[in-house]
Amino acid sequence: MFSLAVFFHSFGPLLWAARYTLLISVLGIGLGLVIGTVICAARLSPYPLLRRFAAIWVSFLRGVPLLVQLLVFYYTLPVIGLDVPAMVAAVVTVGICASAYISEIWRGAIAALPTGQAEAAVAIGMRPVDVWTRVILPQAVTLSLPALINELILLVKASSLVSVVGILEITRASQAQAATTFRPLEVYIAAACIYLLINLCLAALGRYLEHRTNV
Amino acid sequence: MVAASSVEMRKVNKYYDKFQALKDIDLSILPGKVTCLIGPSGSGKSTLLRCINFLEEYDSGEVRIDGQLIGYDAPNKKMSGRKLREMRRSIGMVFQQFNLWPHMTARENVAEGLIRVRRMSKAEAQRRAAEALVKVGLADKMENHPSRLSGGQQQRVAIARALAMEPKLMLFDEPTSALDPELVGEVLSVMRTLASEGMTMVVVTHEMGFAAHVADQVGFMEKGELVGVDSPDRILHRPEDARIQSFLRTYHERNSF
Ligand SMILES: Nc1ncnc2c1ncn2[C@@H]1O[C@H](COP(=O)(O)OP(=O)(O)OP(=O)(O)O)[C@@H](O)[C@H]1O
Ligand SMILES: [Mg+2]
Repeated sequence: MFSLAVFFHSFGPLLWAARYTLLISVLGIGLGLVIGTVICAARLSPYPLLRRFAAIWVSFLRGVPLLVQLLVFYYTLPVIGLDVPAMVAAVVTVGICASAYISEIWRGAIAALPTGQAEAAVAIGMRPVDVWTRVILPQAVTLSLPALINELILLVKASSLVSVVGILEITRASQAQAATTFRPLEVYIAAACIYLLINLCLAALGRYLEHRTNV
Repeated sequence: MVAASSVEMRKVNKYYDKFQALKDIDLSILPGKVTCLIGPSGSGKSTLLRCINFLEEYDSGEVRIDGQLIGYDAPNKKMSGRKLREMRRSIGMVFQQFNLWPHMTARENVAEGLIRVRRMSKAEAQRRAAEALVKVGLADKMENHPSRLSGGQQQRVAIARALAMEPKLMLFDEPTSALDPELVGEVLSVMRTLASEGMTMVVVTHEMGFAAHVADQVGFMEKGELVGVDSPDRILHRPEDARIQSFLRTYHERNSF
């Protein structure tokens, strides 16, 4: 029999664990945005070496599963003599992984803009920095918002993988909970509900932002 | 009368890899004169026009605006970005596809260059932008985004955006080619006014009527060559070159019914 008591009871510890899920996802996407922007700039730069580096960065990170990246990163740190908390390792790995996708999201949005718009700006004597900040980026941000929110949703789900390095986020917490209650079904359904709730909120946020920038 | 620039092109060559898009172009444009460029598709009209403000880099020869070389300090020595921007400030350009910035209103489109390039205060820029838009007949459309304007209106905003910078030379690349026929007139009439005010203008166009009535000289291009530059009458009505004759014959056939 499905035990409603266990089901509802699980929400307390799982919601508490959700703070790690959210923290890792949000910090991860923040870091991913910073690195991704730099990688995208390198990718679009006139310097072949930088472009090459960025291309390799993207294809490597997209080609290796996040779980493997996490493990490699986590076990490399002690080898090179770095003792960082698991949380930091997790955020950095998630951020680096996201940077590859975010760089491609930017690149796609920028490529979607008609080149004539930048030309018109150049033709009246605008500096490259103004062309970027006034003409290209505001539009690229609007264009890529849906994809960025989508990436954040993916990260929330992917953050379950950091349980392997011992962080007590939703998935790990539900495993522990399932072990103590002997009621895995109830606990995992509760976990599913929490993930769903978070991601529905994010999707709503995405629609709101899209609507607001589409005036 | 506005202050107007002269343009001198000497032996200008331009390659896209192996393909030669411009061949030894020589062209002189006196201050305040209107030059129309005609010719078949792919003949290099846009390329020539874009070399004048160095939006396209020419490989050899000289392009001089009021005697000053644009793009290079000396042969093979590129001009600094800063100096190039300085020169571009006084050269306006209008594109076939308008190239307005869709996230800004008409007025913001015009004000942007004044703020970023001419370093005006926002209030001053907004005031000047409004003036420029009034001049092209868009007093009541200033707060519209481009998507809320007709093609003809968008192109007039683009002209206002260029004019607000107080250029001494205006380049037009097929400014009416993307417009529905009934909207062509409003754009040509703005250009006609500009010509009568003494602006130096270089216009790539398929509007032979405009070329015949407004241009001081007409240049015909084919396969990267400037085949002939002469008075509108001599190019459009009494062409001697067989290539020009054949081009005009095709044009007349297509436009008669
Ligand atoms: N970026 C480019 N790379 C390679 N070839 C190019 C490039 N731009 C133009 N060309 C070529 O140079 C030639 C001249 O092009 P251009 O755009 O100046 O012609 P055009 O006379 O303006 O034609 P249209 O009337 O179709 O606008 C064409 O053959 C074109 O294919
Ligand atoms: Mg062209």
